[in-house]
Amino acid sequence: MTTKVFTRQEWDRALKAVRESYKIFVPVKEGDFHNFRTMEEDTVPDFDFQNSRLSPKSIVYPQSERMFECLSDREDPEAGILKEAEKEYTPQAIVGIRPCDAHAFHIIKPNFDNPEYRDPWWIRRFESTVLVGLGCNEPCSTCFCTSVGGGPFHEEYLDVILYDMGDKFLAKGLTQKGEEFINKMTGGNPPEDAVLKEAEDLAASAAGKITSLVPTERLREKAVNDLFDAPFWEDVAFACINCGTCTYLCPTCWCFDIQDETWENHVDRIRNWDSCMFPLFTLEASGHNPRENKSQRVRQRFMHKLKYYVDKYEKGVQCTGCGRCVCYCPVNIDIRQVARLMDEYNAQ
Amino acid sequence: MKNPYLPYPVRIDEVVTETEDKNLKTFKLVFMDPEAEKDFSYIPGQFAELSVAGKGEISIGIASSPTEKGFLKFTVNKVGLVTTHLHNMVEGEIMGIRGPLGNTYPWEDMEGKNVVIIGGGFAFTTLRSSIIYMLHPDNRPKFKDIIVVYGARSPGMLLYKEELAEWEQRDDLQMHITVDATDDPDWKYNVGFVPAITEQKITNAENAIAIVCGPPVMIRFTQPVLEKLGFPPERIILSLEMRMKCGIGICGRCNIGDKYVCKDGPVFSLAQLKNLPPEY
Repeated sequence: MTTKVFTRQEWDRALKAVRESYKIFVPVKEGDFHNFRTMEEDTVPDFDFQNSRLSPKSIVYPQSERMFECLSDREDPEAGILKEAEKEYTPQAIVGIRPCDAHAFHIIKPNFDNPEYRDPWWIRRFESTVLVGLGCNEPCSTCFCTSVGGGPFHEEYLDVILYDMGDKFLAKGLTQKGEEFINKMTGGNPPEDAVLKEAEDLAASAAGKITSLVPTERLREKAVNDLFDAPFWEDVAFACINCGTCTYLCPTCWCFDIQDETWENHVDRIRNWDSCMFPLFTLEASGHNPRENKSQRVRQRFMHKLKYYVDKYEKGVQCTGCGRCVCYCPVNIDIRQVARLMDEYNAQ
Repeated sequence: MKNPYLPYPVRIDEVVTETEDKNLKTFKLVFMDPEAEKDFSYIPGQFAELSVAGKGEISIGIASSPTEKGFLKFTVNKVGLVTTHLHNMVEGEIMGIRGPLGNTYPWEDMEGKNVVIIGGGFAFTTLRSSIIYMLHPDNRPKFKDIIVVYGARSPGMLLYKEELAEWEQRDDLQMHITVDATDDPDWKYNVGFVPAITEQKITNAENAIAIVCGPPVMIRFTQPVLEKLGFPPERIILSLEMRMKCGIGICGRCNIGDKYVCKDGPVFSLAQLKNLPPEY
């Protein structure tokens, strides 16, 4: 696999050049925070960030997406027959994605791509995406990736890993897809041993900066109904205002709604991100709602991430430790504390 | 890659108003593409997403039996946006269908057994499918006694009245029709709630499997009756409902614990449900 080191100037030039082959997404400073945006001619990427406010999941799985469309004129023989909406699947790359957010795609994958059903849109977009990760020199105080199978320089789910070394970037190819990406980047040189050593030290020191440790090892062995009936859910949910921020920011939340929209003689079937925090999510036409109270909905969110997913796929929790829900919950509900409560709980 | 969200176009071939309140209609649908009909190979207990472009989709149990060729039947209660629109649609109009979805009744386990079918209200649809399927000459020898208890609020609220009358006459099926109450002096069947009639008519759980489909209150009171008769939870089979969108276990809303009602269900044994959170 290829490893190249770029000076800052070379890096900027290489990024611009690679736009010929890929649609590039980069972190951009927007007010007090960063988000991933398409790199246009005049876009100024800013790699000096901890993590983006929104996870880049929408690049593979848009918040709103047209599924099908048709016309509704009664005279039209094709009226009412939904056809697939046209979509583009040009090769794209998320440059600067954090290892935790790349891990999220791996966690989501079996939901959209399993032996019974394959979601063609998610799969095609994921397949056309190169994950060019950026290791975290300075993880946030809320990060706990090392507790859930990741790390600030975890390579497993990336195609390329970047090391931000101040005046230079080191890029290491990790997969065939990543190799092709690096080869399309102009400039750069093979790194000297001292540079590689410096990169190694950077990664080791970053791992030591993760201070949040969250226990999850015993979740698998608990009886699901013991956790479901545990006495702490009312307390956990007490302050929740069901705003749904946690689910929208979460890189591993995948739930969606399907809605039809009509405009003049045009019909669109659209899917939109949805959230288990909202009562409408499960409200039935009869008026019955299996999760009508907020504590039931809060319990659903944590049970899904930390128990149902664990039992269903046997590959750990549905959480990457990115800490967004911890940072931005308006009432300070903390998944790290809930995971601890669940992991340590023993039914009487 | 086959798109599992894309409905097959179908034409409404016939609409029958089933009940006196006119809130239940049966739609007979015919595939516009014969290839689609071949793809749509189903087994009783499964459901489908009915699609009306511009309105949305609804999950409805398949009321026809795979032994009935050339069409599908769905009985739809008028209750929300899509169902209300559907009730205004007429023969000849085009709509869509996606499926078949979900699991089936446990047909392999039912072979060689007495089959007790207990239904209430408009949840009788996939039970109709099952009865037609079992009565087919190719299938009838596979099952021992078939006993059906079916109840509705009043005689006018029973579904499939002609078929019920015909089944009453047969000697290879024991049919117990009941209504909660009636002032019809000519009513010749039972009067009483489904759990009570079940207690009267079902005498033996030996080598029997019970399939129960109905409103939650009926299920709640029928369950102890069956347990008292000696049905173990493995042989009490329920079909659940839940708000659904995708119908294929992806959109995330119809879970009970780590199971999705749309993909892992809708059919569960009571034994399975006892190991899942009671959230449905």
